[in-house]
Amino acid sequence: MSRPRWLPVITWVYVAWSLLPVLIAIRFAFNDGRSRTSGQGFSLRWFWTDPTLSVRNDPTLAAALEHSLVLAGLAMLLAVPLGTALAIGLQRWRGRGSGVSNVLMLLPLVTPELVFAVGLFLLFTSAFGFIGLGTTAQVIGHVTFSISWVVLIVRGRLVMIGNDVEEAAADLGAPPWQVLKRVLLPLLGPAIAASLLTVFALSIDDFVVAQYMASGADTTTVPMRIYSSARAAPTPALNALATIMLVLSLAALALAWLVFRRRPESLSGLMR
Amino acid sequence: MRRAWAILAVPGMAWLAAFFLVAFYAVVAVGLGNITDVYDPVPHWNPLDWNIGYLLQALEDVLPGGRTWPVFVRTLAYVVVAVVLSLAIGYPVAYYVSRYATGRSKAALLILLVAPFWISYLMRMFAWTNLLAEGGYAADVLNTLSLDSLFSAVGLLDGEDWLGGQHIAVIMGLVYGYVPYLILPLYASLDRIDQRLIEAARDLGASSAGAFRRVVLPLSRAGTLGGIVLIALPMFGDYYTPDLMSGSPRTAMLGNTINNYVQGGPDKALGAAMTLLLSAFLLVFMLYYLRELRRESAA
Repeated sequence: MSRPRWLPVITWVYVAWSLLPVLIAIRFAFNDGRSRTSGQGFSLRWFWTDPTLSVRNDPTLAAALEHSLVLAGLAMLLAVPLGTALAIGLQRWRGRGSGVSNVLMLLPLVTPELVFAVGLFLLFTSAFGFIGLGTTAQVIGHVTFSISWVVLIVRGRLVMIGNDVEEAAADLGAPPWQVLKRVLLPLLGPAIAASLLTVFALSIDDFVVAQYMASGADTTTVPMRIYSSARAAPTPALNALATIMLVLSLAALALAWLVFRRRPESLSGLMR
Repeated sequence: MRRAWAILAVPGMAWLAAFFLVAFYAVVAVGLGNITDVYDPVPHWNPLDWNIGYLLQALEDVLPGGRTWPVFVRTLAYVVVAVVLSLAIGYPVAYYVSRYATGRSKAALLILLVAPFWISYLMRMFAWTNLLAEGGYAADVLNTLSLDSLFSAVGLLDGEDWLGGQHIAVIMGLVYGYVPYLILPLYASLDRIDQRLIEAARDLGASSAGAFRRVVLPLSRAGTLGGIVLIALPMFGDYYTPDLMSGSPRTAMLGNTINNYVQGGPDKALGAAMTLLLSAFLLVFMLYYLRELRRESAA
């Protein structure tokens, strides 16, 4: 079949269009001047050296960065264990109620984020008023929409592993918690690593839920900061902030890749 | 034994019940509730107390002649145009990468197609505000090529400011923001097609275009529909893209209306009722997506 010549052109033009704007925004982060619309020299002024306006020295920018990372960390700590346990439970549970549970688990994935955010906002300002808005509410929101992703990832791996190893361990006399600890969890290693990474990415990228659950300046995240300052604050410090965030998520990706490579927790790895 | 494993599901299910199901029920309770003299919402948790006044008001607003009707029509138009444009861009890209790209260039392309997932959505929108602002690179290029006068002539640009209430800027923002999420499911479904089926069609005399139309298109239908739903659902709840790319009431979407009611003013009950209507409107899409997810996760 002859290969249409315009297809590669469209593809590479698309790739350029999808990434160039971001690369240009990153370039402006290194501007020497105050412009966010043209390149002006090269400096670390907006990251580090500007005494009041740089990410390091503007307390609101530094706080947004810190808060985003705190939220992502807490969301990972809660969502990954909850989701992993839920995946194992759902996989083994074939009785009454399992169908309903499977649907409930998938619902957060198909619900528009705004609907979910409005719901959680109304809940925390009424019946669950004892929780209220703020960091706790933001973490709960991020955990809630992350759990389903963890379940999908872990479950995919469970299907791949199958029951054989686990049954062998049980036949050899391992009690359930031993099977869990010494067989299942090690085998789930890569899925758990992928889940941690996914939850981190979902959390730091999230804007809607974080904004609805926020209670004030000290609960501002990086995306919220970008939203409120994109059209207002006139310095490339915002570009610098966004750049740092991007580098951090790429670093997380690279780290996960290294972990994956170093510890292939495959069946053969376990047998050795 | 099996029962013991099921216990592991309890904490996660309890979490989802408390913070997802009850949260959605809060929208129902507030939307079908009442408000106090100082406009605080009073949720009616008991269905027997439900008050359908706000729901009727919201319905009247979004129906023809209502005050939110223009916003609703605009939202529909934006989403339809953005989805069609996304398909026009995304399908050829996914098709090329799945069928023709090989070896290193395929690997590189796949990485580049996934890259936007690792860049915050807000940052990607923000990047365009840098480019389209007065004196921005994109604005300059458009000006140098006289594209702005062309767009003005055909009525797609009103005034000179690309970031001040232009439909075209918001639609471009939506396409830019969501097209990566369309390309991946498209790629997955196109990549799954057995190349031999296309060869068989060709051997049996189909033209290249005929083989595409009668083999590739039907076999990629599920992935295409899934991708469309995947990007259309969040677009209907989007308010940040129009806010960043325009910020004008002229380009407000339903998400903006709901956001203004719930986060902004005294109309939280009306906002909740509007959220219920939006959910009802999107229910078909949500059920379709749910079915696809179930099929995949059950495999």
